[in-house]
Amino acid sequence: MKVAVIKYNAGNVQSVLYALERLGVEAELTDDLENISNADKVIFPGQGEASTAMKYLKEKKLDRLIPELKQDFFGVCLGQQLLCEHSEEGDTPCLGIFPVLVKKFVPENPFDFKVPHIGWNNLQNLKSPLLEGLDEAAFVYYVHSFYCEVGDHTIAKTDYILPFSALMHKDNFYAMQAHPEKSGLVGERILKNFLSL
Amino acid sequence: MLTKRIIPCLDIKDGRTVKGVNFVQLRDAGDPVELAKIYSDEGADELVFLDITATVDKRKTLAELVTKVAKAINIPFTVGGGISTVEDVKILLGAGADKISINSAAVKNPKLIDEMAAEFGSQCIVVAIDTRNVDGIDFVHTHGGRKPTLLKTQAWAKEVNERGAGEILLTSMDHDGTKSGFANEITAELSSMLSIPVIASGGAGTMPHFKDVFTFGKADAALAASIFHFKEIPVPQLKQYLQDEGIPTRL
Repeated sequence: MKVAVIKYNAGNVQSVLYALERLGVEAELTDDLENISNADKVIFPGQGEASTAMKYLKEKKLDRLIPELKQDFFGVCLGQQLLCEHSEEGDTPCLGIFPVLVKKFVPENPFDFKVPHIGWNNLQNLKSPLLEGLDEAAFVYYVHSFYCEVGDHTIAKTDYILPFSALMHKDNFYAMQAHPEKSGLVGERILKNFLSL
Repeated sequence: MLTKRIIPCLDIKDGRTVKGVNFVQLRDAGDPVELAKIYSDEGADELVFLDITATVDKRKTLAELVTKVAKAINIPFTVGGGISTVEDVKILLGAGADKISINSAAVKNPKLIDEMAAEFGSQCIVVAIDTRNVDGIDFVHTHGGRKPTLLKTQAWAKEVNERGAGEILLTSMDHDGTKSGFANEITAELSSMLSIPVIASGGAGTMPHFKDVFTFGKADAALAASIFHFKEIPVPQLKQYLQDEGIPTRL
Protein backbone atom coordinates (compact mmCIF):
# COMPACT_ATOMS: atom_id res chain seq x y z
CA MET A 1 0.00 0.00 0.00
CA LYS A 2 1.31 3.43 -0.94
CA VAL A 3 0.63 6.13 1.61
CA ALA A 4 1.36 9.76 0.74
CA VAL A 5 1.64 12.46 3.39
CA ILE A 6 1.19 15.87 1.84
CA LYS A 7 4.19 18.09 2.39
CA TYR A 8 3.53 21.75 2.90
CA ASN A 9 4.73 24.49 5.15
CA ALA A 10 2.79 23.35 8.19
CA GLY A 11 4.77 21.97 11.10
CA ASN A 12 4.59 18.65 12.88
CA VAL A 13 4.61 16.55 9.71
CA GLN A 14 7.47 14.49 11.11
CA SER A 15 5.32 13.24 14.01
CA VAL A 16 2.76 11.86 11.56
CA LEU A 17 5.50 9.97 9.71
CA TYR A 18 6.82 8.54 12.98
CA ALA A 19 3.32 7.45 14.00
CA LEU A 20 2.87 5.64 10.69
CA GLU A 21 6.31 4.10 11.14
CA ARG A 22 5.18 2.69 14.50
CA LEU A 23 2.32 1.03 12.62
CA GLY A 24 4.81 -0.46 10.19
CA VAL A 25 3.91 1.88 7.33
CA GLU A 26 6.61 3.65 5.37
CA ALA A 27 4.81 6.71 4.04
CA GLU A 28 6.11 9.15 1.47
CA LEU A 29 6.27 12.83 2.34
CA THR A 30 5.55 14.62 -0.91
CA ASP A 31 4.08 17.67 -2.63
CA ASP A 32 4.36 16.10 -6.07
CA LEU A 33 0.96 16.05 -7.76
CA GLU A 34 1.57 12.75 -9.53
CA ASN A 35 2.86 10.98 -6.42
CA ILE A 36 -0.17 12.12 -4.47
CA SER A 37 -2.57 11.10 -7.24
CA ASN A 38 -1.03 7.63 -7.43
CA ALA A 39 -1.08 6.91 -3.69
CA ASP A 40 -3.60 4.45 -2.20
CA LYS A 41 -4.16 6.66 0.83
CA VAL A 42 -3.42 10.32 1.37
CA ILE A 43 -2.86 12.02 4.71
CA PHE A 44 -3.07 15.80 4.96
CA PRO A 45 -1.57 16.85 8.30
CA GLY A 46 -1.19 20.33 9.54
CA GLN A 47 -0.52 22.87 12.15
CA GLY A 48 -0.10 26.53 11.49
CA GLU A 49 -2.11 29.39 10.11
CA ALA A 50 -4.93 28.88 7.60
CA SER A 51 -4.29 31.69 5.08
CA THR A 52 -0.56 30.93 4.87
CA ALA A 53 -1.28 27.24 4.37
CA MET A 54 -3.90 27.93 1.66
CA LYS A 55 -1.47 30.21 -0.12
CA TYR A 56 1.09 27.44 -0.23
CA LEU A 57 -1.46 24.89 -1.45
CA LYS A 58 -2.33 27.25 -4.31
CA GLU A 59 1.31 27.77 -5.23
CA LYS A 60 1.73 24.01 -5.51
CA LYS A 61 -1.64 23.63 -7.29
CA LEU A 62 -2.69 21.30 -4.49
CA ASP A 63 -5.88 23.33 -4.02
CA ARG A 64 -7.09 22.00 -7.38
CA LEU A 65 -5.78 18.46 -6.97
CA ILE A 66 -7.15 17.64 -3.51
CA PRO A 67 -10.90 18.00 -4.28
CA GLU A 68 -10.41 15.77 -7.35
CA LEU A 69 -8.82 12.88 -5.46
CA LYS A 70 -10.78 9.63 -5.32
CA GLN A 71 -8.74 7.57 -2.85
CA ASP A 72 -9.25 7.70 0.95
CA PHE A 73 -8.07 11.05 2.18
CA PHE A 74 -7.49 12.05 5.82
CA GLY A 75 -7.19 15.70 6.88
CA VAL A 76 -5.79 16.23 10.36
CA CYS A 77 -6.02 19.34 12.58
CA LEU A 78 -5.44 22.31 10.25
CA GLY A 79 -5.86 19.71 7.51
CA GLN A 80 -9.46 19.24 8.66
CA GLN A 81 -10.14 22.96 8.75
CA LEU A 82 -8.72 23.52 5.26
CA LEU A 83 -11.20 20.98 3.86
CA CYS A 84 -14.09 23.23 4.99
CA GLU A 85 -15.78 26.11 3.21
CA HIS A 86 -14.19 29.07 4.95
CA SER A 87 -12.05 29.81 8.00
CA GLU A 88 -12.28 32.82 10.26
CA GLU A 89 -8.53 32.53 10.68
CA GLY A 90 -7.21 35.17 8.29
CA ASP A 91 -10.70 35.30 6.67
CA THR A 92 -9.63 32.44 4.40
CA PRO A 93 -11.66 30.69 1.70
CA CYS A 94 -10.74 27.00 1.99
CA LEU A 95 -11.13 23.88 -0.17
CA GLY A 96 -14.90 23.58 0.26
CA ILE A 97 -15.24 19.81 0.56
CA PHE A 98 -17.20 20.00 3.81
CA PRO A 99 -19.93 22.66 3.65
CA VAL A 100 -19.21 24.05 7.12
CA LEU A 101 -17.45 27.06 8.55
CA VAL A 102 -14.34 27.18 10.71
CA LYS A 103 -14.80 29.53 13.63
CA LYS A 104 -12.71 30.83 16.50
CA PHE A 105 -13.52 29.71 20.04
CA VAL A 106 -14.99 32.67 21.86
CA PRO A 107 -15.90 31.91 25.49
CA GLU A 108 -18.64 34.09 26.93
CA ASN A 109 -16.41 34.89 29.86
CA PRO A 110 -12.79 34.74 28.65
CA PHE A 111 -11.60 33.32 31.96
CA ASP A 112 -14.04 30.40 32.13
CA PHE A 113 -12.43 28.65 29.19
CA LYS A 114 -8.85 28.87 28.03
CA VAL A 115 -8.13 29.30 24.33
CA PRO A 116 -6.38 27.41 22.74
CA HIS A 117 -8.24 24.26 23.71
CA ILE A 118 -5.23 22.21 24.84
CA GLY A 119 -5.30 18.70 26.21
CA TRP A 120 -7.21 15.44 26.18
CA ASN A 121 -10.94 15.51 25.50
CA ASN A 122 -13.34 12.71 24.62
CA LEU A 123 -15.26 11.81 21.47
CA GLN A 124 -19.08 11.71 21.51
CA ASN A 125 -21.74 10.38 19.11
CA LEU A 126 -19.25 8.23 17.24
CA LYS A 127 -20.51 6.85 13.97
CA SER A 128 -18.10 5.68 11.29
CA PRO A 129 -15.92 2.70 10.36
CA LEU A 130 -13.05 5.11 10.99
CA LEU A 131 -13.92 4.93 14.69
CA GLU A 132 -14.40 1.20 14.95
CA GLY A 133 -13.33 -0.24 18.30
CA LEU A 134 -13.70 3.11 20.09
CA ASP A 135 -16.40 4.45 22.38
CA GLU A 136 -17.18 7.64 24.29
CA ALA A 137 -14.35 6.90 26.71
CA ALA A 138 -11.93 7.52 23.83
CA PHE A 139 -9.75 10.54 24.57
CA VAL A 140 -7.79 12.37 21.91
CA TYR A 141 -5.25 15.18 22.15
CA TYR A 142 -6.30 18.66 21.03
CA VAL A 143 -4.37 21.88 20.43
CA HIS A 144 -6.43 24.43 18.55
CA SER A 145 -8.13 27.83 18.71
CA PHE A 146 -10.44 27.35 15.71
CA TYR A 147 -13.05 24.62 15.27
CA CYS A 148 -15.27 23.14 12.55
CA GLU A 149 -19.00 23.55 13.12
CA VAL A 150 -21.17 20.50 13.60
CA GLY A 151 -22.90 19.55 10.33
CA ASP A 152 -24.39 16.69 8.32
CA HIS A 153 -20.97 15.14 7.83
CA THR A 154 -19.99 15.11 11.50
CA ILE A 155 -19.10 11.55 12.61
CA ALA A 156 -18.01 12.43 16.16
CA LYS A 157 -18.35 15.48 18.34
CA THR A 158 -16.28 16.90 21.16
CA ASP A 159 -17.55 19.41 23.67
CA TYR A 160 -15.46 22.47 24.51
CA ILE A 161 -17.34 25.73 25.08
CA LEU A 162 -19.78 24.19 22.55
CA PRO A 163 -20.02 20.92 20.62
CA PHE A 164 -17.82 20.96 17.51
CA SER A 165 -16.92 18.48 14.75
CA ALA A 166 -14.26 16.19 16.20
CA LEU A 167 -14.34 14.11 13.03
CA MET A 168 -16.10 14.43 9.68
CA HIS A 169 -16.68 12.17 6.71
CA LYS A 170 -17.96 12.74 3.18
CA ASP A 171 -17.36 10.30 0.30
CA ASN A 172 -13.63 9.49 0.34
CA PHE A 173 -12.78 12.43 2.60
CA TYR A 174 -12.21 11.97 6.32
CA ALA A 175 -11.08 14.65 8.73
CA MET A 176 -10.12 14.98 12.38
CA GLN A 177 -9.42 18.02 14.55
CA ALA A 178 -7.32 16.29 17.23
CA HIS A 179 -3.89 14.84 16.59
CA PRO A 180 -4.11 11.06 16.05
CA GLU A 181 -0.33 10.87 15.98
CA LYS A 182 -0.22 12.21 19.56
CA SER A 183 -3.34 10.54 20.94
CA GLY A 184 -1.87 7.37 22.39
CA LEU A 185 -3.53 4.06 21.60
CA VAL A 186 -6.79 5.75 20.54
CA GLY A 187 -4.94 7.76 17.91
CA GLU A 188 -3.11 4.68 16.70
CA ARG A 189 -6.42 2.87 16.35
CA ILE A 190 -7.89 5.70 14.25
CA LEU A 191 -4.84 5.76 11.96
CA LYS A 192 -4.98 1.97 11.67
CA ASN A 193 -8.71 2.11 10.89
CA PHE A 194 -8.06 4.73 8.20
CA LEU A 195 -5.35 2.62 6.61
CA SER A 196 -7.62 -0.42 6.50
CA LEU A 197 -10.72 1.36 5.11
CA MET B 1 -14.93 16.94 28.79
CA LEU B 2 -11.46 18.47 28.77
CA THR B 3 -9.40 16.62 31.37
CA LYS B 4 -6.70 17.83 33.74
CA ARG B 5 -3.23 16.84 32.60
CA ILE B 6 -0.54 15.01 34.58
CA ILE B 7 2.95 15.72 33.31
CA PRO B 8 6.13 13.96 34.48
CA CYS B 9 9.27 16.02 33.98
CA LEU B 10 12.63 14.45 33.06
CA ASP B 11 15.89 16.28 33.68
CA ILE B 12 18.40 15.59 30.92
CA LYS B 13 22.16 16.04 30.82
CA ASP B 14 24.26 14.98 27.83
CA GLY B 15 21.34 12.97 26.51
CA ARG B 16 20.78 11.04 29.77
CA THR B 17 18.29 11.41 32.61
CA VAL B 18 19.92 13.05 35.60
CA LYS B 19 18.00 12.51 38.79
CA GLY B 20 18.01 8.92 39.92
CA VAL B 21 14.96 6.95 38.96
CA ASN B 22 13.49 3.93 40.61
CA PHE B 23 11.79 1.78 38.03
CA VAL B 24 12.37 -1.93 38.29
CA GLN B 25 11.37 -2.44 34.69
CA LEU B 26 14.07 -0.06 33.44
CA ARG B 27 17.00 -1.83 31.89
CA ASP B 28 18.97 1.38 31.66
CA ALA B 29 18.00 3.88 34.37
CA GLY B 30 19.64 6.73 32.50
CA ASP B 31 17.88 6.22 29.20
CA PRO B 32 15.30 8.98 28.73
CA VAL B 33 13.66 7.19 25.82
CA GLU B 34 12.94 4.08 27.84
CA LEU B 35 11.59 6.14 30.72
CA ALA B 36 9.46 8.25 28.39
CA LYS B 37 7.97 5.09 26.91
CA ILE B 38 7.05 3.77 30.36
CA TYR B 39 5.35 7.04 31.35
CA SER B 40 3.50 7.18 28.07
CA ASP B 41 2.30 3.57 28.47
CA GLU B 42 1.25 4.29 32.06
CA GLY B 43 -1.05 7.08 30.96
CA ALA B 44 0.96 10.27 31.48
CA ASP B 45 -0.77 12.98 29.44
CA GLU B 46 2.36 14.74 28.29
CA LEU B 47 6.07 14.80 29.09
CA VAL B 48 8.53 17.61 29.64
CA PHE B 49 12.25 17.21 29.01
CA LEU B 50 14.37 19.79 30.75
CA ASP B 51 17.90 19.87 29.36
CA ILE B 52 20.58 21.06 31.77
CA THR B 53 23.56 20.28 29.56
CA ALA B 54 26.03 23.13 29.54
CA THR B 55 28.43 22.00 26.81
CA VAL B 56 28.90 23.31 23.28
CA ASP B 57 27.48 20.09 21.78
CA LYS B 58 24.27 20.69 23.67
CA ARG B 59 22.07 21.51 20.70
CA LYS B 60 23.10 18.50 18.64
CA THR B 61 22.79 15.97 21.48
CA LEU B 62 19.39 17.34 22.43
CA ALA B 63 18.07 17.26 18.86
CA GLU B 64 19.19 13.64 18.54
CA LEU B 65 17.40 12.75 21.75
CA VAL B 66 14.24 14.55 20.63
CA THR B 67 14.14 12.48 17.45
CA LYS B 68 14.52 9.23 19.41
CA VAL B 69 11.73 10.23 21.79
CA ALA B 70 9.44 11.33 18.96
CA LYS B 71 9.90 7.98 17.25
CA ALA B 72 9.17 6.05 20.43
CA ILE B 73 6.17 7.71 22.08
CA ASN B 74 2.65 8.62 20.98
CA ILE B 75 1.86 11.48 23.38
CA PRO B 76 2.94 15.12 23.17
CA PHE B 77 6.17 16.31 24.71
CA THR B 78 7.83 19.64 25.45
CA VAL B 79 11.54 20.38 25.41
CA GLY B 80 13.14 23.16 27.44
CA GLY B 81 16.41 24.30 28.95
CA GLY B 82 18.63 27.00 27.55
CA ILE B 83 16.59 27.63 24.41
CA SER B 84 17.36 31.17 23.33
CA THR B 85 16.91 31.63 19.57
CA VAL B 86 14.32 31.08 16.86
CA GLU B 87 16.88 28.78 15.23
CA ASP B 88 17.02 26.57 18.37
CA VAL B 89 13.24 26.21 18.22
CA LYS B 90 13.27 25.38 14.53
CA ILE B 91 15.78 22.57 15.08
CA LEU B 92 13.92 21.05 18.03
CA LEU B 93 10.48 21.19 16.41
CA GLY B 94 12.00 19.82 13.22
CA ALA B 95 13.47 16.96 15.24
CA GLY B 96 9.98 16.06 16.46
CA ALA B 97 9.27 18.05 19.63
CA ASP B 98 5.64 19.18 19.95
CA LYS B 99 6.37 22.24 22.03
CA ILE B 100 9.38 24.07 23.36
CA SER B 101 9.65 26.03 26.56
CA ILE B 102 11.67 29.18 27.09
CA ASN B 103 12.48 30.91 30.34
CA SER B 104 15.51 33.15 30.96
CA ALA B 105 15.83 34.08 27.28
CA ALA B 106 12.28 35.44 27.25
CA VAL B 107 12.92 37.55 30.35
CA LYS B 108 16.06 38.93 28.73
CA ASN B 109 14.35 39.59 25.41
CA PRO B 110 10.52 39.46 25.65
CA LYS B 111 10.15 40.05 21.89
CA LEU B 112 11.43 36.51 21.42
CA ILE B 113 7.97 35.27 22.43
CA ASP B 114 6.30 37.30 19.66
CA GLU B 115 8.86 36.12 17.12
CA MET B 116 8.54 32.46 18.04
CA ALA B 117 4.75 32.55 18.18
CA ALA B 118 4.60 34.23 14.77
CA GLU B 119 7.00 31.76 13.23
CA PHE B 120 5.75 28.49 14.73
CA GLY B 121 2.33 29.25 16.21
CA SER B 122 1.39 29.96 19.83
CA GLN B 123 0.40 26.35 20.42
CA CYS B 124 4.02 25.19 20.58
CA ILE B 125 5.47 28.02 22.67
CA VAL B 126 5.44 27.42 26.41
CA VAL B 127 6.87 30.13 28.62
CA ALA B 128 8.29 28.83 31.89
CA ILE B 129 8.14 31.24 34.81
CA ASP B 130 10.09 30.59 38.01
CA THR B 131 8.57 32.59 40.82
CA ARG B 132 9.63 33.29 44.40
CA ASN B 133 7.78 35.24 47.04
CA VAL B 134 9.95 37.94 48.58
CA ASP B 135 8.38 39.78 51.53
CA GLY B 136 4.89 39.15 50.23
CA ILE B 137 5.59 40.06 46.60
CA ASP B 138 6.00 37.48 43.83
CA PHE B 139 9.08 38.07 41.71
CA VAL B 140 10.25 36.28 38.58
CA HIS B 141 13.59 34.49 38.96
CA THR B 142 15.82 33.21 36.16
CA HIS B 143 18.72 30.80 35.71
CA GLY B 144 17.04 27.90 37.46
CA GLY B 145 15.53 30.18 40.07
CA ARG B 146 18.87 31.49 41.28
CA LYS B 147 18.77 34.97 39.80
CA PRO B 148 16.10 37.39 41.03
CA THR B 149 14.67 39.96 38.63
CA LEU B 150 12.61 43.08 39.24
CA LEU B 151 9.69 41.64 37.28
CA LYS B 152 6.56 40.92 39.24
CA THR B 153 5.23 37.47 38.41
CA GLN B 154 1.64 38.57 37.73
CA ALA B 155 2.70 41.37 35.37
CA TRP B 156 5.16 39.16 33.53
CA ALA B 157 2.60 36.36 33.11
CA LYS B 158 0.12 38.83 31.64
CA GLU B 159 2.75 40.16 29.23
CA VAL B 160 3.74 36.64 28.19
CA ASN B 161 0.08 35.85 27.47
CA GLU B 162 -0.33 39.01 25.40
CA ARG B 163 2.85 38.39 23.43
CA GLY B 164 1.47 35.10 22.18
CA ALA B 165 2.65 32.27 24.43
CA GLY B 166 0.43 29.20 24.22
CA GLU B 167 0.85 28.04 27.81
CA ILE B 168 2.59 29.03 31.03
CA LEU B 169 4.63 26.61 33.10
CA LEU B 170 4.67 28.14 36.56
CA THR B 171 7.24 26.83 39.05
CA SER B 172 7.21 28.07 42.60
CA MET B 173 10.80 28.13 43.82
CA ASP B 174 9.46 28.40 47.38
CA HIS B 175 7.67 25.08 47.01
CA ASP B 176 10.00 23.22 44.65
CA GLY B 177 11.61 20.24 46.36
CA THR B 178 9.64 20.67 49.59
CA LYS B 179 6.92 18.10 48.88
CA SER B 180 4.58 20.31 50.88
CA GLY B 181 2.12 20.98 48.07
CA PHE B 182 1.88 23.27 45.05
CA ALA B 183 1.75 27.07 45.33
CA ASN B 184 -2.02 27.17 44.94
CA GLU B 185 -2.49 30.85 45.64
CA ILE B 186 -0.28 32.27 42.90
CA THR B 187 -1.33 29.50 40.50
CA ALA B 188 -5.01 30.38 40.97
CA GLU B 189 -4.25 34.08 40.65
CA LEU B 190 -2.52 33.58 37.29
CA SER B 191 -5.00 31.04 36.00
CA SER B 192 -7.90 33.40 36.73
CA MET B 193 -6.37 36.36 34.97
CA LEU B 194 -4.89 34.65 31.88
CA SER B 195 -6.60 33.36 28.75
CA ILE B 196 -4.06 30.54 28.26
CA PRO B 197 -3.56 27.32 30.28
CA VAL B 198 -1.35 27.27 33.36
CA ILE B 199 0.77 24.23 34.23
CA ALA B 200 1.62 24.18 37.95
CA SER B 201 4.97 22.88 39.09
CA GLY B 202 6.93 22.57 42.35
CA GLY B 203 5.96 21.03 45.64
CA ALA B 204 4.07 17.86 44.75
CA GLY B 205 4.35 15.33 47.55
CA THR B 206 1.00 13.57 47.90
CA MET B 207 -2.03 12.81 45.78
CA PRO B 208 -4.21 15.37 47.62
CA HIS B 209 -1.66 18.03 46.60
CA PHE B 210 -2.70 17.41 43.00
CA LYS B 211 -6.37 17.63 43.90
CA ASP B 212 -5.70 20.94 45.64
CA VAL B 213 -3.82 22.47 42.72
CA PHE B 214 -6.66 21.57 40.33
CA THR B 215 -9.37 22.88 42.65
CA PHE B 216 -7.96 25.73 44.78
CA GLY B 217 -5.07 26.35 42.36
CA LYS B 218 -7.29 26.30 39.24
CA ALA B 219 -4.41 24.72 37.32
CA ASP B 220 -5.00 23.20 33.89
CA ALA B 221 -2.13 20.74 34.29
CA ALA B 222 0.31 19.68 37.00
CA LEU B 223 3.94 18.77 36.58
CA ALA B 224 6.21 16.81 38.91
CA ALA B 225 9.48 14.90 38.76
CA SER B 226 10.85 12.94 41.70
CA ILE B 227 7.57 11.59 43.09
CA PHE B 228 7.00 9.92 39.73
CA HIS B 229 10.60 8.82 39.17
CA PHE B 230 10.80 7.20 42.60
CA LYS B 231 7.40 5.62 42.22
CA GLU B 232 6.15 7.35 45.35
CA ILE B 233 3.02 8.11 43.37
CA PRO B 234 2.43 5.98 40.27
CA VAL B 235 0.74 7.92 37.45
CA PRO B 236 -2.20 5.50 36.98
CA GLN B 237 -3.00 5.54 40.71
CA LEU B 238 -2.88 9.33 40.82
CA LYS B 239 -5.22 9.69 37.86
CA GLN B 240 -7.69 7.19 39.31
CA TYR B 241 -7.61 9.04 42.64
CA LEU B 242 -8.32 12.37 40.95
CA GLN B 243 -11.15 10.87 38.94
CA ASP B 244 -12.68 9.44 42.15
CA GLU B 245 -12.37 12.89 43.72
CA GLY B 246 -14.40 14.39 40.88
CA ILE B 247 -11.55 15.82 38.84
CA PRO B 248 -11.77 14.65 35.22
CA THR B 249 -8.71 12.75 34.00
CA ARG B 250 -7.97 10.57 31.01
CA LEU B 251 -8.02 6.96 32.19
